[in-house]
Amino acid sequence: MDLAVVIAIQVVYTVALLILISAGLAIVFGMMRVINLAHGEFMMVGGYATIVAVHAGVNIYVAMLIVAPLVVGILGLLVERLVIRFLYGRLIDTMLATWGLSLLLIGLATLIFGNTTTGISPPIAGFPIGDYQVNGYNLFIIVMTAVLVVAIYAVLSGTRWGLIARGTMQRADMASALGYSPDTVYMVTFFAGSALTGLAGGMLAPLVGLVPTAGANFIAKAFITVISGGASVIAGLLSSATLFGIVSEIFNFSVNSMVGEIALLVAAVILLRLMPQGITGRFFKGRM
Amino acid sequence: MADSEFRHAAIVIAVAFVAMLIGPSLVDNYTLTILIIYGMLAMSLGLIWGFGGILCFGQAAFFGLGAYAYAVAAINIGESTVPFLLGIAVPFAFAFVLGAMMFYGRLSDVYLGVITLVVTLIFFKFINSTAGPEYVIGTARLGGFNGVPGFQTLNVPGYSNWYIYDRSFYYFCGVALLVVYALVRWLLASPFGRVAIAIRENETRVELMGYDVRLRKTVLFAVGGAIAGLAGTLFASWAEIVTPGMFSLAQSAEIIIWCIVGGLGTLTGPVIGAMILAFLKFLLGQQTVLDSTLILGLILVLSVLFLPRGVVPTIGLLFSRRGLGRRKRVDRGGARRRMRDAANV
Repeated sequence: MDLAVVIAIQVVYTVALLILISAGLAIVFGMMRVINLAHGEFMMVGGYATIVAVHAGVNIYVAMLIVAPLVVGILGLLVERLVIRFLYGRLIDTMLATWGLSLLLIGLATLIFGNTTTGISPPIAGFPIGDYQVNGYNLFIIVMTAVLVVAIYAVLSGTRWGLIARGTMQRADMASALGYSPDTVYMVTFFAGSALTGLAGGMLAPLVGLVPTAGANFIAKAFITVISGGASVIAGLLSSATLFGIVSEIFNFSVNSMVGEIALLVAAVILLRLMPQGITGRFFKGRM
Repeated sequence: MADSEFRHAAIVIAVAFVAMLIGPSLVDNYTLTILIIYGMLAMSLGLIWGFGGILCFGQAAFFGLGAYAYAVAAINIGESTVPFLLGIAVPFAFAFVLGAMMFYGRLSDVYLGVITLVVTLIFFKFINSTAGPEYVIGTARLGGFNGVPGFQTLNVPGYSNWYIYDRSFYYFCGVALLVVYALVRWLLASPFGRVAIAIRENETRVELMGYDVRLRKTVLFAVGGAIAGLAGTLFASWAEIVTPGMFSLAQSAEIIIWCIVGGLGTLTGPVIGAMILAFLKFLLGQQTVLDSTLILGLILVLSVLFLPRGVVPTIGLLFSRRGLGRRKRVDRGGARRRMRDAANV
């Protein structure tokens, strides 16, 4: 029984982690059709922002939940103004430019922080369930991810700003005719996506030893999750993260973590072969 | 038309041959050899991307596969002729199967990119985890992140202790590159190549004319895989060790950067791009002030923004204004429009 609870927590945690690292990319790709290959490096920057802030004496939660999103959001804003806005509608070119950007950021981080591992310890202690020790911080991530998903949904479907953003993404010319500047909307959306990515990076900072190349660990998974999810931001993200999380945890528990990772990747290949438009291209069509 | 193409190819080969002879007096053989190998690797992607419109994010997979196939076979066999052929055949077969899976599934470009990326990652993760003694092929241990060292390097066919190394290995690689270039030129001038370019321009139209687009794309993809495998085989012989790093994302990224900077839609562009950038990286690696990754990233961003055609086509345009009308407009793989359609789901 205890083992079942522990495994259940672990599975939910894996799913939550996938959602957390993919959310920013999902917003930017799902809304704007921009694939940001510097996504992993944005997370890395969020992680460093958190660690630097904590070392400077800022409360760890403030660093994670406010400083990191702000720093990365502003970085995203700069990137959007300087690079991406010239490349809208050119999917491949944006991918390539952001790939270059990711290398640039890795280089900068190496220059500033050096090629060494830095880290902070998780602020929440573990607790036992029966004979097993459960990491308290993992639960924090699960809860925060749930809150985040609900918040994204609420903003997109419930607020006026969400409505304008969605409208602009569907028909930029119409939104423009109605008096909203698509340029501004794109800018703000990219800012929001980047800030989310920064938040994810900040929250993961206590979990991983941070090196300048840490982004590479996230980008592939985030990329796969978002693309497999398909066009709908929230439904796609939830469905593909759940599927991949469960598949990888099954193999993780029954064989080992390496096989779990490979199983996730193989699952993605099979899924895309069967449903080339992603999960929400076939199911949940037209949802958000 | 065919005549001028033939003349163009002959001039390129002649110039390259002279450059190959002059090269050793300027830079040492060891560095020159790797530049040539990278040039070949870039050409493999330049072929399938620039002429077939297939953007492969995992060209490094075939590069690494060729190298590992060569290394493992060389340990087992001990003479390099069969391993050398295997180093080309294995990536060819793998690319054929992978390509068939993707193209017969009619995957659009962005999903193609993801799948090739994921396959590369699978290789990277798998090879990295094979450190234990239970991962053996014949007598060769895969060695995990340590790689596979100590295999027979290239030798004269039939004489396993007549090694081809240093200057002679450099000439061997140089000639191999020229031969591959000539073969690819021939392939592109053949009806198969014409149809491949037509597919890049407008897939639906070619299909309506009755050509089997899926098979043609698969074959082209496999040829690209074979060339990358050949580059991997030569790399294995050059480095005398193969490591999982050959499968890494950074390696894939670099190949794409070479193609973009050099110029898509040409064959010489990617080769020259690879040589210039690899040499630049080599020079940057010798100083410690600036990280070479930083510079490479900057070059990629700037070239996407300001030099979307690439160096070679741009220079070609500058030098021959009269050729302006004849030059085919090449946008990134001709796939951009389709990408946009695919993105508008």
